[in-house]
Amino acid sequence: MTPILELRGITKRFPGVLANDQINLTLNKGEIHALLGENGAGKSTLMNILYGLYDPDEGEIIVNGKEINVTSPRDAIKSGIGMVHQHFMLVPVFTVTENVMLGDETTRLGGFLDRKSSAARIREISNKYSLEVDPTSYVRDLPVGVQQRVEIIKLLYREADILILDEPTAVLTPQEVDELFTIMRSLVKGGKSIIFITHKLREVLTFADRITVIRGGKVVGTTTPKETDQNQLAAMMVGRDVSFEVDKNPANVKDSILEVKDLVVLDDLNHVAVKNVSFNVHAGEILGVAGVQGNGQTELVKAITGLSHPVEGKLTLQGKDIKKASPRTITELGSAHIPEDRQKDGLVLSETIANNLVLNTYYLNPFASGVFIQEDAVLNNAENIIDNFDVRTPSPLIPVGSLSGGNQQKVIVGREFSRPINFLVASQPTRGLDVGSIEYIHKRLLEKRDEGCAILMVSTELDEVLELSDRIAVMFDGEIIAIVDAEGATKEQIGLLMAGVVEA
Amino acid sequence: MSDKEKKHETKKDPGKIFLDEVSKSPLTLTILAVVTGLLLGGLLVAITSEDVYQAFDLSFWEGIKSAAGAAWSTYEALFFGSVGNPSKIIEALRSGESEAIRRAFNPFFESLVASTPYIFAGLAVALGFRVGLFNIGAEGQIFIGAATTVTAAIFLKGLPAIIHVPISLLAGFVGGGLWGFIPGWLKAKTGGHEVINTIMMNYIAFRLSEFLLRGPLKNPEGFTPVSAKIQESAKLFRPFESPIRFHIGFFIALFVAFLVYIFLFKTTWGYTLRTVGSNPRAAKYAGMNIVRSTVLAMFLSGGLAGLAGANEVLGVNHNLAVAFSSGYGFDAIALALLGKSNPIGVVLSAILFGFLRNGAIQMQLSAGIPIDIISVLQAFILVFIAAPAIIRTIYRLKEPDIDIEAVTLHGWGGN
Repeated sequence: MTPILELRGITKRFPGVLANDQINLTLNKGEIHALLGENGAGKSTLMNILYGLYDPDEGEIIVNGKEINVTSPRDAIKSGIGMVHQHFMLVPVFTVTENVMLGDETTRLGGFLDRKSSAARIREISNKYSLEVDPTSYVRDLPVGVQQRVEIIKLLYREADILILDEPTAVLTPQEVDELFTIMRSLVKGGKSIIFITHKLREVLTFADRITVIRGGKVVGTTTPKETDQNQLAAMMVGRDVSFEVDKNPANVKDSILEVKDLVVLDDLNHVAVKNVSFNVHAGEILGVAGVQGNGQTELVKAITGLSHPVEGKLTLQGKDIKKASPRTITELGSAHIPEDRQKDGLVLSETIANNLVLNTYYLNPFASGVFIQEDAVLNNAENIIDNFDVRTPSPLIPVGSLSGGNQQKVIVGREFSRPINFLVASQPTRGLDVGSIEYIHKRLLEKRDEGCAILMVSTELDEVLELSDRIAVMFDGEIIAIVDAEGATKEQIGLLMAGVVEA
Repeated sequence: MSDKEKKHETKKDPGKIFLDEVSKSPLTLTILAVVTGLLLGGLLVAITSEDVYQAFDLSFWEGIKSAAGAAWSTYEALFFGSVGNPSKIIEALRSGESEAIRRAFNPFFESLVASTPYIFAGLAVALGFRVGLFNIGAEGQIFIGAATTVTAAIFLKGLPAIIHVPISLLAGFVGGGLWGFIPGWLKAKTGGHEVINTIMMNYIAFRLSEFLLRGPLKNPEGFTPVSAKIQESAKLFRPFESPIRFHIGFFIALFVAFLVYIFLFKTTWGYTLRTVGSNPRAAKYAGMNIVRSTVLAMFLSGGLAGLAGANEVLGVNHNLAVAFSSGYGFDAIALALLGKSNPIGVVLSAILFGFLRNGAIQMQLSAGIPIDIISVLQAFILVFIAAPAIIRTIYRLKEPDIDIEAVTLHGWGGN
């Protein structure tokens, strides 16, 4: 049988980087093929080539036995290739129908949109593949999981046979992930073929028919879930053995450091985002906050770190009221913050690594004397942190924006951990990082905890919360609906809580 | 990937690395933008010259020759007007007459005189850019700075120059600073956009200075809206005799540029302002006070523009007239961009602009080329600076690893 899609010897060079090096890949009809690799391994480049966003330097793309020339997404769609990007390309103020039609509008009477017939086709597609969605609802009102379905419908509407899903599970709850995989199965049954990009091993092993691992722009190997296991895949991905077991000492819990009582926080649009939340964080423990993104975690962290001020409730750090305190006051009380969005909040990308490493201490001795910055001290500090935190960089004086995501995160962790702290807020500490960096940052977080630091860790990665936390608080719709001991907590239990299901 | 592999990858031919670096350097881009602007300017001169068309009627080569000749004579006149005519300089030196020598060198010094207000105003706008603020109000701040300076320079009497000059300059700094402070404060407290508010402050400044020159500041002995001459003790020292108007304001400008450089890159205040400018969210995260930074930056920016006005009053005109500034504050936006908001870059761009402006006057007289060609030339250069992709495509330059322009242009979006 001819494969539905074949990539032969795809090579793509960027200045200074060989992003794809002689990549071969075959996709059989009716197959779910997982493309596994770390960030920067070249998965996205490959898929962007296939989707016509990049031109390959070498190699050929063969669909149904015929070589095709893809120079734009339009060509790709014509050849039956469709892609769902990690960040959805939907217009929030349009309805589902309008979004699906966009770029391929059916019209009648020379120019008027024919929403009715489109909606009918959408219903047909959603029935056929059990992709439940209401064509008349506005995209902004839909949960993320349903928005993703709209993206898939968009492809099916254009009669794509080859679907590329780029990190489709990154934004979903565990239950939504299960639903997505059911949908993928029914798509495959209906004759579609799927390439799905991920760096999550467990998903790959459960749902893929075949797995191709990419590292450093090269194909390391292709295998099937039956022939392999998590450790072997991780080793293929990283190029060395990786330990998944987090060595965790029993927590030595001491005094309460952060006390939050009946806290109410508004978001940027002045809607109540955090509703009467109460909890404590003690020295020597990690309190993990689990929850699907957008359930008030961001606003909670902002209030605790002084970036916004709560409208009601009590907020004390080491007995001091910090309800109206500025970020600087809170930092000076011995608190550290690994922000959710490292590039927007945590770093000044155009500044040097050395300057970024003193972002919140630049005005203090020894980095400043009077109003003058002491460049030697700043540089010394940078060299120390780069050594201690294994930041891979040719020099401390290059812009931090030129580092990889993992190294950028190490810069932040290094900065926050290199001053005496007793309280840490770590928000999505490993988002978008590769396996090696995740392992490293987890180790450092546990070290801090063992040193007696109180840690509040917010993460949407359920595995991370389960592995690192001593207690787990689950946030749903602005409330903490349960706080449970991490020991004995199961993925299913937390997953249900994340979806707002509280057992009677 | 192991370290060994990495090292292997970065090992390249040193010559190629050098070319790569040159190709990525923002300086290369700037220089090529200027050169391309000059070439296009020459082309423009050629295609607007009737002689060239007549020559093309004769033959193609005649036309090309005539076009090249037209461009050449334009730039020759520009050079003579801005730097000086070499043959005249040699002649004057041979004759040994001091006035002839001064006349021969005058174009060069006159260009420096024209550069000086550009340096101050360019620094003003550049400082704003660094903090993510788009100060369009430099022109108004120049007028207010000039007005406060002229007040101090006329009405303070009996002071020695060593005190009177600094006080008058300070008056200009504070006057312009106040004019920048107001939109800065409005932005910080009410969110009112500084672009709109500085434009409005310009109108207020223009009309206010007109009012002052028809009323309180008007020379009681004259009929035109011009102030009285300033006290002798407030004038900036001129090292050469007439006709050379070169004054120490140029050196003050260089010194202020040095101070701005130290302030921006060597002090905690500068670090704060730069962080607020390049990433306000990170600045907030780091506990920096964004309101205070915005207000301070606008005050300093206005103050620097005010110094441009003070410089013109104390160094060149010795009085205040209604339209004494010919758009220095607006050209300053352009040259701050050209100088990449870097004090050294601003000084170099200001000198370039000063020489172009001054040379253009001579060019108009001797080659009959309208002075406006210089504005077109500046516009060409700026288009290339603002759209670096054009230059990169023409000269096949490499993309820089990190977008440096993004930092300088942050103010355009006004976020």
